[in-house]
Amino acid sequence: MREARFSRKQLALPYALFLLLFVILPLLVVVKYAFTDAEGQISFYNFIRFFQSSKTIGTLIYSLVVAVLTTLGCLLLAYPVAFILAKGAYVGRHTFLMLFVLPMWINFTLRITALKEILTLLEGNLALHPFLNTVICMIYDFLPFMILPLYNSLSKLDNSLLEAAADLGARKRQILLRVVLPLSVPGIISGITMVFLPSMTNYVVLDMVYNSTYIIGSLIGSYFSSYDWHNGSVVSIILLLIICAITWISNRFTGSEQERKAGVSL
Amino acid sequence: MKNFVQHVCVVFVLLFLYAPILILVGYSFTDATMIGKIGGLSFHNYETLFTTEELLDMIKGTLLLALGVAALSTLLGTIGAIGAFYSKSGTRRAIELANQVPVVNADVVTGFSVCILMIALFQVRKETFIPLVIGQTALCAPFVYLSVLPRLKQMDQQLYEAALDLGCTPMKALLRVTVPQIVPGILSGFMTAITLSLDDYFIATYTKPATFDTISTYVVNATRGSQTDIKTALWALSTLIFIAVVGVVIIMNLKGRNTEDGVASEKRN
Repeated sequence: MREARFSRKQLALPYALFLLLFVILPLLVVVKYAFTDAEGQISFYNFIRFFQSSKTIGTLIYSLVVAVLTTLGCLLLAYPVAFILAKGAYVGRHTFLMLFVLPMWINFTLRITALKEILTLLEGNLALHPFLNTVICMIYDFLPFMILPLYNSLSKLDNSLLEAAADLGARKRQILLRVVLPLSVPGIISGITMVFLPSMTNYVVLDMVYNSTYIIGSLIGSYFSSYDWHNGSVVSIILLLIICAITWISNRFTGSEQERKAGVSL
Repeated sequence: MKNFVQHVCVVFVLLFLYAPILILVGYSFTDATMIGKIGGLSFHNYETLFTTEELLDMIKGTLLLALGVAALSTLLGTIGAIGAFYSKSGTRRAIELANQVPVVNADVVTGFSVCILMIALFQVRKETFIPLVIGQTALCAPFVYLSVLPRLKQMDQQLYEAALDLGCTPMKALLRVTVPQIVPGILSGFMTAITLSLDDYFIATYTKPATFDTISTYVVNATRGSQTDIKTALWALSTLIFIAVVGVVIIMNLKGRNTEDGVASEKRN
């Protein structure tokens, strides 16, 4: 009798419909636009053109390089900090972690405006070192997103393992490289997924810093503003494939989905 | 010595993160029009911020949009999580997979795809705000789902059954027994949705009505323009937002235990 009118499963229906309509369907529309030409005929020409144009390929490679350097920069800055917060002189001082994470909640356009003013003061004309400034701004924007998962992963690391390694005669450097580093791989991967893709697509940062559009995300933007939905869709599909690849790789490294999700929440 | 190195490291990164914001905060209280120039103490920027219609509308619009989107996302994500949690594993897997899409996807792609769906397929005009609200909800609701789900797993499943045995209707048992147990997850999802909406640039720029601006789209346009007055008024806005964020974080910390849920944010840019 209690099953008759209402059961909790029914609640899944509205959300499933919502996801179908506004998450899955948009992707299908993008696929449709990517593989058709202006007359609606199926065609691969959009993709061929993308990979033949030196401008689009150049932008893709440039974006990848920016993303790799941003991710590396974030990792190099964030790892020592996360380690010190989790295992060093600041253990138990939650406030310090909050300090590093807090910038995440300030609107990123305002933060980039602030950094832009400072860089202008230091360098004069920002367009003189476009590549360097892009990477600095991206690192500034995404650093908190790297610190948080690294901290979560390192703070869960069992101290007795470090002590055991020390008791067995490992030197500090060996402990760090052969115990701490391998055990924090899930955190590193989770941090990379949080930073890599956004830094490849966040074209607003470049636009704000020196009015450049030389990054893959802004290709979508410029196709969009000229109502060229076919080519915009092609770029979307290429980005989606890159996302799938990253997700696949990170799932292989981190094992369970659960662990990864735990990695990004505080 | 070891501690000294650690302190230097922490201070260096903190300086990198905060120096730009703090310098901007300082300059917002002067009449200087450029960072580096020396100006006298002045509240001119705050006056401009609170008297310029355009700026006030933009701030109000952004806040209203964030609240609306967060409310809608929280409702959808919460009932979605409850429904999926009690569905067959196949259904649940499918929902979880679709739910992951906006989480891992680039916002540019999410915004672009929702926009062409709305305009090309459904022919909804952007002036109705529907594409904007739907687009941001499609980004935020999955995060609410993700923050409610762990709470459902931790919950004592037998309480619901007990309520039914004691004569509760399923709906009443859901509202009186299940929902109160997952409130922390719902609240944390709501907060995440608000911050995501406030921070969003890409979905807004593709789906917003031409005459409407959020803080993000407004700031980006303002950096292209040359209106000094607006530029320095935005310093004042940054200061206020910085103070608000610090305030919220302090309150959450003081509340102690709640921090774990309240401030957790899985947002990506």
